[in-house]
Amino acid sequence: MVNFFERLGSKTIGLLHASGQSGLFLLRILWQKPDFVRIWPVLSEQLYFVGVLSFLIVVVAGLFIGMVVGLQGYHTLQKFGAISQVGQLLALSITRELGPVLTALLFAGRAGSALTAEIGLMKATEQLASMDMMGVDPMRRIIYPRFWAGMIALPVLGLIFSMVAIYGGYWVTVQWLGVDPGSFWSNMQSAVDFRTDVLSGVIKSIVFAFLVIWVALYQGFECNPTAEGISQATTRTVVYGSLAVLGFDFLLTAMMIGGW
Amino acid sequence: MKKQYYQYVHISVGILMLLGLICFVFLAIKVSGMADFGQASHYSVSAEFSNIGGLKVRAPITVAGVKVGEVTKIELIPNTLNAQVTMSLYNDQPIPYEDASARILTEGLLGSNYISIVPGFDSSDPQHQFLREGDVITKTQEALVLENLIGQLVFNIKK
Repeated sequence: MVNFFERLGSKTIGLLHASGQSGLFLLRILWQKPDFVRIWPVLSEQLYFVGVLSFLIVVVAGLFIGMVVGLQGYHTLQKFGAISQVGQLLALSITRELGPVLTALLFAGRAGSALTAEIGLMKATEQLASMDMMGVDPMRRIIYPRFWAGMIALPVLGLIFSMVAIYGGYWVTVQWLGVDPGSFWSNMQSAVDFRTDVLSGVIKSIVFAFLVIWVALYQGFECNPTAEGISQATTRTVVYGSLAVLGFDFLLTAMMIGGW
Repeated sequence: MKKQYYQYVHISVGILMLLGLICFVFLAIKVSGMADFGQASHYSVSAEFSNIGGLKVRAPITVAGVKVGEVTKIELIPNTLNAQVTMSLYNDQPIPYEDASARILTEGLLGSNYISIVPGFDSSDPQHQFLREGDVITKTQEALVLENLIGQLVFNIKK
């Protein structure tokens, strides 16, 4: 019985400790003097690693998701004789939900885990400590450019995903299943609103980027500097990052539909 | 070698950013149909209906089936308990004012509601030939509610 309370207490303290530490970690990132000119070489290299290298998986995933939504939508709408509405279904579901959420999940798996492993290994091989010794702040040299690279790359990838997915759906429904292209686009355009659908998708992407990159950098920076610790931290990045994205997606959707 | 690598990195990042921008413009124009960027000039008129059915803000206003504006506000008038619908019409097509009427119609059997304006005649008053800012369309026809129609039909059959 005492054992149980001891475990509960230590878990609670551990949780509070981690949340406080991650909050302070975030503050230390945001506190950095914004100076994109000096970090630009590092930033563009990181943009290459998290953005350009994630490009292919995002495009392929977007293509297939658009195609499958188009196919499913076609077969369901056919029962009601409303196949001309398939463009609307496709564009709304992709710009509002699937685009931002799936890109963020892919990003957590592709780029977030890589960032955690990279920083964790830097810590395990004491590169971070030696940087500190040389008077180079690892927060500024390592963490800060990676944070902003993620914040820029994910919304851009989300936009690319949405466009590719809509063209994938277009290809299946219009070219293959024979929906009229005019009604496909015009129904889409009359249903999709720029501010409430496209822009809110971009806002979601930005929030998800913030969450995923925060989790990834924190897990890497605070991991146990052992092989096992790095593997655990990488797993945690993907799990916590994905769960945070899905949870916040519900919150953001509720806020946006409620018109806050 | 090192320089070539950095050049490659910078060029690919630049291409990615450009692609993102292109996708944003594509989503804005082709998907959300932001064609009415320049439709800045419009005027608003209002009309009173005894029942608006399922009419919503942003529903289209048409003349002869062509969209000429959209609903901007729907409110209840306190005394008469009628619905006052404010609509914003584009400036490019003047609509004759005298005797103009507005009807709430439905797109297809299950579609959404819209307002159709039937233009009036050329007026005798040269000052006020066309609808203008602040006008009230007095001749209106309420929305046809399907349930009411079915109710009447059933009632008549029973008789």
